[in-house]
Amino acid sequence: MDHTTSLAFPHRHLLGIEGLQPREIAALLDLADEQVDVGRQVEKKKTVLRGRTQINLFFEASTRTQSSFELAGKRLGADVMNMSVSSSSVKKGETLIDTAITLNAMNPDLLVVRHASAGAAELLAQKVGCSVINAGDGTHEHPTQALLDALTIRRHKGKIARLTVAICGDILHSRVARSNILLLNALDARVRVVGPSTLLPTGIERMGVEVFTDMDAGLQGADVVMMLRLQRERMAGSFVPSSREYFRYYGLDAEKLAKANEGALVMHPGPMNRGVEIASGIADGAQSVIREQVEMGVAVRMAVLEALAKHLPTRNGDVS
Amino acid sequence: MTVRPLALLNATVVLDTGVVEDNRTVLVEDGIIKAIEGHVAPSLLDDAYDLIDCSGKVLLPGLVDMKVHTGEPGNEHEETLESASRAAVAGGVTTMVVQPDTSPVIDDMALVEFVLRNARATAVAKVHAMGALTKGLDGAELSELRLMHEAGAVAFSNGNASVENALVFRRALSYARDFDGLIIHHAEDASLSQGGVMNESEMATRLGLPGIPKAAEIIMLERDIRLTKLTGGRYHASAISCAESVEIIKRAKDHGLKVTCGASINNVALNENDIGPYRTFFKVSPPLRPEDDRQAIIDGIKDGTIDVVHSDHRPRDVDMKRHPFADAADGAIGLETLLPAMLRLFHDDVLTLPDITRVLCQTPATLLNANAGRIAKGSPADFTLVDLHEPWVLREEDLQSRSKNTSFEGARFTGRVLATYVDGIEAYRRAGF
Repeated sequence: MDHTTSLAFPHRHLLGIEGLQPREIAALLDLADEQVDVGRQVEKKKTVLRGRTQINLFFEASTRTQSSFELAGKRLGADVMNMSVSSSSVKKGETLIDTAITLNAMNPDLLVVRHASAGAAELLAQKVGCSVINAGDGTHEHPTQALLDALTIRRHKGKIARLTVAICGDILHSRVARSNILLLNALDARVRVVGPSTLLPTGIERMGVEVFTDMDAGLQGADVVMMLRLQRERMAGSFVPSSREYFRYYGLDAEKLAKANEGALVMHPGPMNRGVEIASGIADGAQSVIREQVEMGVAVRMAVLEALAKHLPTRNGDVS
Repeated sequence: MTVRPLALLNATVVLDTGVVEDNRTVLVEDGIIKAIEGHVAPSLLDDAYDLIDCSGKVLLPGLVDMKVHTGEPGNEHEETLESASRAAVAGGVTTMVVQPDTSPVIDDMALVEFVLRNARATAVAKVHAMGALTKGLDGAELSELRLMHEAGAVAFSNGNASVENALVFRRALSYARDFDGLIIHHAEDASLSQGGVMNESEMATRLGLPGIPKAAEIIMLERDIRLTKLTGGRYHASAISCAESVEIIKRAKDHGLKVTCGASINNVALNENDIGPYRTFFKVSPPLRPEDDRQAIIDGIKDGTIDVVHSDHRPRDVDMKRHPFADAADGAIGLETLLPAMLRLFHDDVLTLPDITRVLCQTPATLLNANAGRIAKGSPADFTLVDLHEPWVLREEDLQSRSKNTSFEGARFTGRVLATYVDGIEAYRRAGF
């Protein structure tokens, strides 16, 4: 089984969904399905990463992603170290590459990185000897979020192909949206993006999505409604006038959700702004799978770590 | 109260098809134009009709004035919605769009509703509200455009202050596109016009007044058009004032952009020489330009480049005008002189009546999605009856407006409004008609 998994996921890093083959994504989701069961046992510990060192290098504050990666690594038996690089040490002048070289000298096996700049994970991957997992780089990609969203959808709907998924809100600033668009398209879903023109990036229609600025139209017939967080800074930036107006036209409430298919899943990558992009009652409602997404997050990250572990050196100085 | 049906007999009518027809009978019931027919003998009409003999007179669609400032709320001593509406109907204007630069600024849906409610209660003309593009007109943050749109705001502008921040303006165009909102902009680069009080020219130099270069308008207009192209938004340059601006708009239209523009009657009827010895009633924004620019504006009206002419009615307390030129407030009233001033171009054989009704009535109504500006079967009975040939002199004491800061005091006109109807109801009738 180890052998087949390693063939099914022949990559040293996970820097994005871009470049993954549909069968590789499916293999990760299959492996994640198994990890869900592990997470639900009393004995949650596996040994595939025993003796390995995993560093979570977070240049941006994160609660859920960081703890999810930490838990995933620990459940697989790795030694996990969290490094939150505060903005003050960045101010001291150390460049990303200096940080990478310093870390590399500590001989980690897996490096989970989040950074505010797009392309940061890729740059690190070129400079370190270990496997790099992108936990979010700027507004570029957040591959494990897309994988956990796909796993959640697949477990509920039994498939992803031909489902209509509406990704709603601040597409412009969302790495989650970009990774999801790539992944869902790879698995043959019909992807829509919904938001005001000010929050839709240029050329998004050429990424294989249908674009809607009217939410009712965008939700019509959707099987999955994926809401994105709207940061409060966006008001000051004149992307939208106010949270009141935003909620009126783009906030998910019962009336708008009724346009989607019956039993449509409601998802949100968190953290939520209740009353801005989603009504409280919907976030906690029967169609919401938001809490389940968190559980799937740990499973997916275990799957990714395990898949990458197959390519780690097994003898000193040897890379398999 | 039921309104008696109305029959206007023997009228010359300017139809929305651009045709002028003589000897028409216009029948009005329930505030709607029911029929426009040939000659009908009064004896054939039901007793129920009020008859108005329009022999020798012209029936024009009620004017739709896209730029009217009132002092309500905030400066009611200068003008209220009620007093502005009286001035409007006296000038043949049946629909006016009031501006957001009041005190407080109309940047919230509750304020839009407030203005519309007050107008319904007090005004004798139809009133539409324009919402502020940015909160407090500060040019920094978008106001709640879509909520105001839903509350009835017909368009959005930043008053007479342009939005200097190109990013904010880009977002405004982009955001409003989602609900087909119209963005109206006073195109003037504030850093270039800073301190200027009249057109930058030899005349300004001789008067010793700091000038506003045409480039201030041209640069901002060019920027706006590039942003309109980038966003696909709907853009209206509030008032252009010089020849190069006409060219810029023409080019944008040729490229198929959703660009339209207006001109203030001040820039159509007057030039910088009118300022003469520091006459502050001629201090307006955009500033009066040289005669060749005025001619270019008129050519732009004729060839359809300029879509709208508005009064830029800006009532000012006399005290704000009784200052040295540079210190005096901007603006002149215009509701009562918009049509007579335009008719000068008709009498000079420069514009036809359909040219005039296109820029004063039809196109503004179309831009605002207002059911107005047309004499056609089924349209609201908003029209004004004009004696095209009556000569008269404007006297301050005859003005209905609460403020008297007109640029046309003592001016001679040919063509005068006799009566104005709003929804088939007589809203104005000149004494003696």
